[in-house]
This record gives sequence, structure tokens and C-alpha cells, in this order.
Amino acid sequence: MTWVLVAVLAVPAVGAVFRSRAVAAGAAAIAFLLSVALATGRSDGGLTGPIRPWHQLDVSWVPGLNLRFHLGVDGISYPLVVLTTLLTLLCCVYLLWTDGDGTLAALLLVIEVGIVGVFLALDLVLFFVFFEIVLLPMYAVIAGWGGAGRRPAARKFVLYTLFGSVLLLVGVFVVVSRAGTADLVVLSAQHMLPADTQLAAFILLSIAFAVKSPLWPLHTWLPDAHTEAPTVGSVILAGVLLKMGTYGLLRVAVGVLPDGARRVAPVLGVLAVTAILVGGLVCLAQTELKRLIAYSSVGHMGFVLLGIATLTATGFEAALIGNVAHGIITGLLFFLAGAIKDRTHTGDLSELGGLRETAPYLSGILGYAAIASLGLPGLAGFWGEAFAVIAALRRGGPLWTVLAVLAALGGALAAAYFLRLLYRVTHGAARPAVVGIGEPVPGELVAWAPLVVLALAVGLVPALVLGVAQTAVQVMAP
Amino acid sequence: MILTQEALKLPQINYVALSPMLILFGAATVGVLVEAFAGRGRRYPVQLGLSLVSLVAALVMVVRVAHTRELTAGGAVAVDGPALFLEGTLAVLGIVALLLVAERSLEPGGPFVAVAAVTAGTEADRVQAQRRDAGTEVYPLLLFALGGMMLFVSANDLLTMFVALEVFSLPLYLMCGLARRRRLLSQEAALKYFLLGAFASAFFLFGIAMIYGYAGQINFAAIHEAIQSSTNDRILLYLGLALLAIGLLFKAAAVPFHVWTPDVYQGAPTPVTAFMAACTKVAAFGALLRVIYVAFERTAWDLRLVIGGIAVLTMVVGSVLAVTQTDIKRLLAYSSIANAGYLLVGVLAVGGNGNHDGLASSMFYLVAYGFSVVAAFGVVTLVRDADGEATHLSRWAGLGRRSPLYAGLFTFLLLAFAGIPLTSGFTSKFAVFGAALASGQAWLVVLGAITSVILAFPYLRVVVLVWLSEPGENTPTVSIPGALTSAALAIGALATLLLGIAPQPLLDLSSRAAEFVR
Repeated sequence: MTWVLVAVLAVPAVGAVFRSRAVAAGAAAIAFLLSVALATGRSDGGLTGPIRPWHQLDVSWVPGLNLRFHLGVDGISYPLVVLTTLLTLLCCVYLLWTDGDGTLAALLLVIEVGIVGVFLALDLVLFFVFFEIVLLPMYAVIAGWGGAGRRPAARKFVLYTLFGSVLLLVGVFVVVSRAGTADLVVLSAQHMLPADTQLAAFILLSIAFAVKSPLWPLHTWLPDAHTEAPTVGSVILAGVLLKMGTYGLLRVAVGVLPDGARRVAPVLGVLAVTAILVGGLVCLAQTELKRLIAYSSVGHMGFVLLGIATLTATGFEAALIGNVAHGIITGLLFFLAGAIKDRTHTGDLSELGGLRETAPYLSGILGYAAIASLGLPGLAGFWGEAFAVIAALRRGGPLWTVLAVLAALGGALAAAYFLRLLYRVTHGAARPAVVGIGEPVPGELVAWAPLVVLALAVGLVPALVLGVAQTAVQVMAP
Repeated sequence: MILTQEALKLPQINYVALSPMLILFGAATVGVLVEAFAGRGRRYPVQLGLSLVSLVAALVMVVRVAHTRELTAGGAVAVDGPALFLEGTLAVLGIVALLLVAERSLEPGGPFVAVAAVTAGTEADRVQAQRRDAGTEVYPLLLFALGGMMLFVSANDLLTMFVALEVFSLPLYLMCGLARRRRLLSQEAALKYFLLGAFASAFFLFGIAMIYGYAGQINFAAIHEAIQSSTNDRILLYLGLALLAIGLLFKAAAVPFHVWTPDVYQGAPTPVTAFMAACTKVAAFGALLRVIYVAFERTAWDLRLVIGGIAVLTMVVGSVLAVTQTDIKRLLAYSSIANAGYLLVGVLAVGGNGNHDGLASSMFYLVAYGFSVVAAFGVVTLVRDADGEATHLSRWAGLGRRSPLYAGLFTFLLLAFAGIPLTSGFTSKFAVFGAALASGQAWLVVLGAITSVILAFPYLRVVVLVWLSEPGENTPTVSIPGALTSAALAIGALATLLLGIAPQPLLDLSSRAAEFVR
């Protein structure tokens, strides 16, 4: 099966060369099938450490730099890999149906290579290399195909991300030079770094990942980038790019530096809950559709980070399913927001009133996605938030109890602002902007349907995600 | 009689080991004779052929003597790993730069004139600028410079080093003044470079005198001994070292000895700029490494803070000022200054206890940067309008629409400068920073990482300008390069890519070579 690990990276990379929408869709489809196939033939290979890859490939690349081409997939990375390939496929299909651009599709594939590479990398330096690959194509997607204010938004994105990359690089340097190896399997199994080094490296790495996630107060690039990015750019950005930050925090920062993590965890928890509350309050005041969804991402990722910050198995599971659910639901929401903006040429909530009158199906799907996002039990968004709160409660102590209560309040805020969104957009008399707009076309429906189904499926059977991840999470929790 | 003979006994000279530089000096001398005796029409092919053959021959000889580790010519020249590695680097980069220098299809008669010193704007200057059959003087000059650089990186005493410094500097001063277009700017660059370079040489020479006063010797090994045993006042040593360092850091374009760089890089003919950016850096850092770690290793700890400070200044000033540049050649000049800072980080990483990572990674960095920078200036020579090269950044707007191939190539090279993974820029920065961290220079690594982010901005600005701006009426066309420039671009870009994805062979080579003989 090791060839699949390479193929899932190579197919999109080759597909990107052709700069054609059809080829891109084909390559994305093959990559998706390959990534699903990674789950076959699972075994822990007799490994006993916290990372027990089902399949792995370990080839020396540049020994002089401690760089090995070490890929592997386990229960924590698998759901994210599949999510990435799925969303890329849906975006490529969407581009195929709408008047997309071949270059844009090719860039999406390059981004896919980078993100999947981040999830598969079991070598710290390789992880950094893939982390960096994502940056420029994403910048190009925003700056090349975005809305009116795309230049400043793209610049802000690059500024923040480069800043994060530097900290990540220095953190990687510290870990690799002190430990003498970059192998994540070894690094997570034997915590050979002294406590102070761990603390320093953890702070560096967690700030780097917090920029990507994004964690309040480093989130301000996100709303601008989302508002200006083209629809597919927003979907990938929210759906999977942010997950690089939370995944990195879980696998690299917490996995390799548990002592550092223990000492910083309360700070992370406080920041995460602040993100939930700030995200919710800002959303209540938002008047722009995509900005609102972007800020809701800040809140949702706050729950994910809260889960990680508890440093418990329950918290990690919450983070994992929260990641996947957010990818599915917010991906769908951005698809819908893009569809609405394409039709009405405005994202202003006050001008979108009465969508239900003119496009009942479109507004129906929007309602479904919004309700899924606010965490209604039975839909995917519920589990991550509920588990994160439970994990914080179980952690005990006054601080975590307070954080749990505040996070639960933040969950209620999410309900408030999504209902406000639905009230503003779908109800009331039809405003001029929404008169005469079309219902979803087949291409859009094909792109959205899997997400709609998955939001329900993961909500009803969370074991879809947690089942594959359970062992990996159990062995990882300290 | 016998006594006199013994007293006059000549030192043993291993001619084979010295052959790379001997070949170049010989070919340069022949080149001068060609200028004197060959007909005008025949000079260009003869000179080009001669230079190319001699450089290839020098490279072949470097490879053949690759395992030599000895002092020769009475201890005046060291033929050891770093010397041979850098000589090979100089030969290869010299060949690539020569391809740019020899390009004649972009401009009838090539980018050079015959005489640098004719007053700009006079009738005589106009006449020579319009001649189509002149300007071959640059080839012997190039060979002399390369030969001098080779001697510079292998000199094992201060006087040989000074002679080498002059041998490669004088041709460079002259070459800067040979531009066919914008004669005044070119002459200004040459004069500026010459004056400041003369000062730097004087400092260097004065430093030699001080060191001689302290150690009573100019040989590196003897200086190394004297630092432990000499009872002379150490002030002489430190003063001498500081003055030497000024001379070397001037050539390396480190802050605060960098002020000449932007003006000279901008004014010099672009192929010459490419040559200087790649090869002068190699020579300067090769000599700096040798001086510090062969002669002054025992004072290296005292030096560390000073050179560390200069490295930080160089990185910060280079990257910050690069942000404000509006001319592509000046931008690349400031980027070259910042890169000198990263190289200084590598120089400092050369630690005791047998750790050669710093030396190896610095040498790797020199190769990687050399290839990228030659190719980058190669692209600059292609973007032209009726007045020659269009170097103002505003003129590059929308170039990606006009010629995606060269814009793409340039973008790739800029990404390499910015240190994006899968390019040589990432590998070399990673190697240098890794070595620095391993030798305990964490603060330099942090500052290095921060400045490389700052430096990414000017690059990104150019990329945005090239790809995302609408081409205006002013956007010049990209000339179709001749075979020579194409070859230079291809070599530079391929090396940048290869050293990014498969750097191990060169890393191995550089770490095998990374040991000085004393």
C-alpha cells in the first residue's frame, strides 16, 4: 500500500501541469479514490509509540539536512486526508461546471499536494516543506481570482502566514538540532528534549499553528482572505487549509513536546474560549455573508483548539471530529455563499432578504447548512462542540470549568447568529437583489450533495470519523 | 658558491595542483596578445573560444587534482578541500557568466565597448558606442579576474592574498566601466568601485602590516602559532585583524561596507553584474573563511560578537532597504547584501571541535546562490526596450502576459531567493541556519529567519507586478535570447531546481571538502 501514499501526492501534482479543468477534475477524482483506499489493510505494524502508521514509506532524501521522505497515514491523519481530497474534487467539479479557469484548477491541485503532504508527513522537516508549498498557490488564488479588494487581502494573508512560517521554521530547527532527528515517530515516542527547550519550542510552534488555525488574536487575516477569495478558494481555505494549523498543533506541538504543552495548555484554553466568544459576538454584528461565515470559522476552530488544549483523549477526539465537521459544513456554507453572491452580486445581508421566495431550494440548503453549523444534535457540527465542552468539564478545576461554561455559552451564540442570518437572508419580502435569481444548477448540486449527505452521516454516526481514529487518539493522549 | 646556491634554492611548486589558475592566467595573457595581433573581425570567436576552453580546462584540472591536500609554492598557496571546491565553483560560475558576457544577439556588437575611460558624451565615446566590431577586451579581463579569485581563495599568506585581491579587483573595476549603453552611469560605477575598492585595499594592506608587526610573519600557520606564543601587544593583532576584515567584508558587500554595491550593480553592464554577484562573493567569502579559520582560529571567540553584529546589520539593512527599491538591479543588489549576511551566519557557524558543517554549508550556499543570481541577472538582460535594458520596476508591470516563459523563470528564481522549499534557496538557508544553530548561534538564526521574511516582500512585490498588473504601453518586450544566454539561463535555473530537490551530492561534496590544511 505504500505506493498509494506517493500516488495520492503525485497524481494531483502531475494533474496540475496540464492546467486544464477536465484533467484537474480527473486527477482530483483519482486522488480521492486513492486516499479512500488508504484505509484498507490497516495494521499498526507492531509499533508501540504514540504514532502507529497503518502504512508508511521512509526514504532518505537529504540526509545532510535531516530530511527524509517519510510519509505515513494513521487514524488522526486519515479523516483529514480524505476530507482534503474530497473538497478538492468537489471544487474541481464545481469549476468544471461553472466557467472556471484551468490555471485556478491547477493551483487547487498544488494546494492539495501541499495540504495532503502536511497530513501525511512523518518527518518534521518534510512537514515544514509541505506547509510552505501551500502558501504561494493560495496567495495566487486569492490575488488572481478574488474580489475587488483582493490585493490587500492576499498581502495580509501572506504577511501573517510568512510570519507563522518563520516561527515554525525556528521551532523545527530547535527541535531537530536538539533532538538530532526529525522523525516524528521517534520524536513523539521518546521525549528527549529538556523541559525548557520543550517550552520554548512549543511556544514557537503553537504561535505558528495558531496563525494558521487561526486562533484569536492572530485571526484577523481570515475574514479578509475569505471575503475576497473566489468561492473555491474560500472552500479550500476554510475546509482544509485551517486544519493544517490544528493538525500541526496536535501532531507536532503536543505530540513531540508534551511537557511544553502541559505548561502552555491553560493559556491555549483561555485563548480558544476567547476566540469562541469573540467570533460569536462579531458574527452577531456582521452584515456581510462571507465575513459572517469566516468569523464563525474563528469560533468553530476555537472549539477545536479548546479540545486540543484539554490534552485528554476526549478533547483530541472532539478536535478531530470538530475539524472534519467544520470542513464539511463550512465548505458547504462557502459554496452556498459563493452561489448567492454570484447570482445577486452582493453579500450584504440586508439586500438578500426574501431568498426563500425566489429560490426556495437554494435557501433550503443554506438553512440546512446553517443549522448544521450551529451544532444541532444529529448533524455533524454537534459532536465536536459538545465533546470539547465535556472534555473541558472533565478536566476539572475552576479554570477548566469556567472555560467549559463560557464555551457552551459561545455555542449558544452560534445558534443566535446563524438564526439571525437565516432570518435576514431567507425570510421577509423579496428584495430587488434576489428577484429573478436561478435555483442551483446541476453542477452545483453535484458539488454540494456529498457535503449535505456527509453532514448528516457524520452527525448520525460519528463513529465514521471516530472509529478509525480511536486507537490513534487513545495512544496519543498523555 | 655552493652556499649561494642553497640560499637561492627555489621553493617546490606543485604545478599540477596550481594548474587551474595557471591555465586562466596563461589564457588571459594569450587573450591580450589576441587583442594586439588578431584582426577585429576574428577576435570575438577567438576570444570566446579561448575563454571557454581555458575555463573548461581549469575545471577539468580542478577535478583531476581534487584529492590534493598540501601547501605549495613555499607555503604561499594552499591546495586543500575548500580551495579546490571554491576554484571549481569559480570555474563553473565563470563559464555561466561568460555565456552572458558573450551574448551578442541582444545588442549588435555585444553589451561592451572597447575603452572604459573615454569621457562620456564626447564624440569619441559616441563613435565607440556605435562600433559593432569592438569590445572583446572584456574576455581577458574576465579571465584575469577569475584567475585572481582562484588565487585569492587558496592564498595561504597575507601578501599572496593581497596580490590576488589586486589581480581580481583591477579587471573588475575596468569591466564595470565598459557598458555600451548609459555610459555615464557605467563610468560612475567603475570610478566609485575603484575609489572605494582602493581604500579597502589600503586598509587590507595596513592590516597586513599590523599583523606582521604582531606576529613577525605573514604566513597563516605562523600567525596561528604566534597568537599562542607571541608576547607582543595584542592591540596590534586586533587592529590588524579589524583592518583585514574591512578589506574582505568590503568585497563581500557586508554592511557597513556595502554602500558601493547598489550603485555598482546598477551601473555595471548586467553580465558583469551577474559575474560580480556570483564570483566575487565566492572569492570574498572563501578568503574570509580561510583567514578566520586558518590564521585566526584562536581569536575566533573574540571575533564572534563583532562578526555576528555585522551579520545582523547586513541582513537587516539589506532586507529592509530591498523593500524600498524601484530598480530591479538595485533590488537584486540589496538582496545580494542580505545574502552576504546569511553567509556570514554560516561563517560564524564554523565552530571548533571538528564541526565542519558551517564551512560546508557556507560553500554550498555560495554555489547555490551563484547559480540563481547569474540566471536572475540573465533574465534582466532580456527585458529591453529601444534604450537598452528596462530596469525600472514599473516597466516590468504585466510582463507575465507578454512572455510567460521568462516571467515564470524569473519568478522561480525569486522564490529561490526567498527560500521557498524545493528550490536551492531553501536548502542552502536551511543548511546554513542549521549549522549555526548547532554551534549555538540561535540569535543569528532567529534574526536570519525574520529578515528572510522581510526580504520575501520585495520579491513578492515583483512577482505580483509581473503577473497581476496589466501590461502598460511602457511594458518592454522580452527579447528572444541567443543560444548563449539561453544556455546560461537553463544552467542557472536547472541548478536552482536540482539543488532544491536533490542537494545531497553537492552537500556531500562540500562536507568532504570542508577541511583546511594549515
